[in-house]
Amino acid sequence: MIYQDSRLLLEVRGLCATVNGTEILKGLDLTVRSGEVHAIMGPNGSGKSTFSKILAGHSAYEVTGGTVMFEGQNLFDLAPEERARAGVFLAFQYPIEIPGVGNSQFLRLTYNTVQTHRGKEELDPLEFDDFVREKMKLLEMSPDFLERSVNEGFSGGEKKRNEILQMAMLDPRLAILDETDSGLDIDALRIVANGVNQLANKDNAIVMVTHYQRLLNYIVPDYVHVMEAGRIIKTGGKELAFELETRGYDWVGVEHKAATRAAV
Amino acid sequence: MSATLQNLVNQPYKHGFVTSIESDVAPKGLNADTIRMISSKKKEPEWLLEFRLKSYEAWLKMEEPAWPNVHYPKIDFQAISYYSAPKQKPKLKSMDEVDPELLRTFEKLGVPLHERMALAGVAVDVIFDSVSVATTYKDKLAEVGIIFCSMSEAVLDHPELVQKYLGTVIPPSDNFYAALNSAVFTDGSFCYIPKGVKCPMDLSTYFRINTEESGQFERTLIVAEEGASVSYLEGCTAPAFSSNQLHAAVVELVALDNADIKYSTVQNWYAGDENGIGGIYNFVTKRGLAKGVNSRISWTQVETGSAITWKYPSCVLLGDNSVGEFYSVAVTNHYQQADTGTKMIHIGKNTRSTIVSKGISAGHSNNSYRGLVKIAPSATGARNYSQCDSMLVGHQSGAHTFPYIQVANNNSQVEHEASTSKIGEDQLFYFAQRGIDAEAAVSMIINGFCKDVFQQLPMEFAVEATALLSFKLEGSVG
Repeated sequence: MIYQDSRLLLEVRGLCATVNGTEILKGLDLTVRSGEVHAIMGPNGSGKSTFSKILAGHSAYEVTGGTVMFEGQNLFDLAPEERARAGVFLAFQYPIEIPGVGNSQFLRLTYNTVQTHRGKEELDPLEFDDFVREKMKLLEMSPDFLERSVNEGFSGGEKKRNEILQMAMLDPRLAILDETDSGLDIDALRIVANGVNQLANKDNAIVMVTHYQRLLNYIVPDYVHVMEAGRIIKTGGKELAFELETRGYDWVGVEHKAATRAAV
Repeated sequence: MSATLQNLVNQPYKHGFVTSIESDVAPKGLNADTIRMISSKKKEPEWLLEFRLKSYEAWLKMEEPAWPNVHYPKIDFQAISYYSAPKQKPKLKSMDEVDPELLRTFEKLGVPLHERMALAGVAVDVIFDSVSVATTYKDKLAEVGIIFCSMSEAVLDHPELVQKYLGTVIPPSDNFYAALNSAVFTDGSFCYIPKGVKCPMDLSTYFRINTEESGQFERTLIVAEEGASVSYLEGCTAPAFSSNQLHAAVVELVALDNADIKYSTVQNWYAGDENGIGGIYNFVTKRGLAKGVNSRISWTQVETGSAITWKYPSCVLLGDNSVGEFYSVAVTNHYQQADTGTKMIHIGKNTRSTIVSKGISAGHSNNSYRGLVKIAPSATGARNYSQCDSMLVGHQSGAHTFPYIQVANNNSQVEHEASTSKIGEDQLFYFAQRGIDAEAAVSMIINGFCKDVFQQLPMEFAVEATALLSFKLEGSVG
């Protein structure tokens, strides 16, 4: 939701990045204020997922230009774990399996690490168990999740719920949801979206990276951005998503090129 | 991130200091006279000298094994000193007479020898180079009839027991290093649990190599009579020398009817530096004989040290319904090489064995699991379950599995499961995205990987092993 007294959370200016020498982002601009929900849409290969991984600090990508400020701080000065502690959360498109490590142990370490860095109290195993079970209700997760290894043998839907559970626990300032709707059936999508909606508030912001309009029926964005060839080429309100659904992406590119030519 | 991981693995070895103490070191070289010298220094009975000389004769005819998946220059057995002992009063009345320099050494290693400061509830026999320097809680154990002392004392004070069991589980001709050990062993621990006694505390031996040019050849013998039970722990460290030292031990366990022996090792010999210079050659033969019905022998090992490890703690399941277990974590880093595993020999009816092996290889190291499950025609209804998991850290390490299964009857059951995994950049990124740094992430992944083995260790050991592993692997992923 757009608030009058919102704060500037994320400011991306002219971001360029490469992976293995190939240029993926070519001057991306984006401004996100607290309370807002943004959707970044675009065809495959437009650089959406790359952008979310760069914000989280994945080492496979090299930033070659531009700036990213997060709450007034240069994001690139922070190591990936420091970004997470500062409140940048990435819900992975493909959550990683960690065999042998119990989910409850992992969740508790994560929670306590982040809490400690925010100057808050850690929870002991019993307190944490109560805390996490409460959060799990939000996502209609069965308690046996806690006994299993992190994401190991989880279905697509279970993995995504586990991501949103972590978002619920860690209470991030900026949550980036990378293709969270992919691989979800309609019931799971509803549950996950419902969870995200309950977590959205006037102090945080959500950036959804998605291919389809489907998710946006459940999590209604304030802004919809269209990304193509490493840049945001069009920004609109939620109605833009419907237009994309019916007309596809091609017309946006054509329109953009025409506008660019006219400007020259 | 790779750099962080590299730093984590490359932590220095904490136990690499040398104690400056006057030692009585035998001249280098091995011949029949060396053996006579060792035997006479220890005032041994004639039968033992004969045992040694026969072993030496056998050794001369044997070849060093070439089958392990490890590589090292040929050892010059004439360049090793076979006896080294700190000079001190011949017979110690109490711990207060132990050389203070030695007391300080062991305190530094976390093994205080004064009973008033000693590890609560653990009796310790401490071996420094070739000799046992102290054994704690001896009198208290004697009250319930348990004999716990150095091998040298046992030979003099309980010759009938030593003679009855020595070499019965691992005959001198068993293999090259067992033969060498049988010829030149200097000290070790002896432990005898009489009929029906449950040992009231954990027994432990702490081995320390201090002299650069000496080898350590210790010999441990544990006998649990009918219905007896004991939990035994073993720890090892050595100074960081640029040369290699040979450690060729023999450990024999005998469990009679309904007896139970649990043997746990945390092996942290000096592993050499990051370029593979120096370190211990750990060529050890360990075997337990589950002789009686319903007896149980359980090996748990955490192998983190040594330049080269060649070690297969095994169980011979002779008694009907006897049980053998092997739980192992072997970690190698830098240029370390490990070829380790077990042998489960099923002879009695309805014998059962479990093998859980976890190998972790980092740096340029090579880690092999080698295991034999053999089911004799007589072992009807035998069962074995084996699980061998390998984890690779980084891109230059190797993991290998060599399982051998021989089944000679048709109503036994053998299961083998194996897996190989890798700590990946993606896993670490996932942890990082949740606020957890690489160090804590590696420690959590490794502990998760090893948990089936760690939960077999006695409490204090489990804590030590966990710390040791995180310490050793810090910074090794990339």
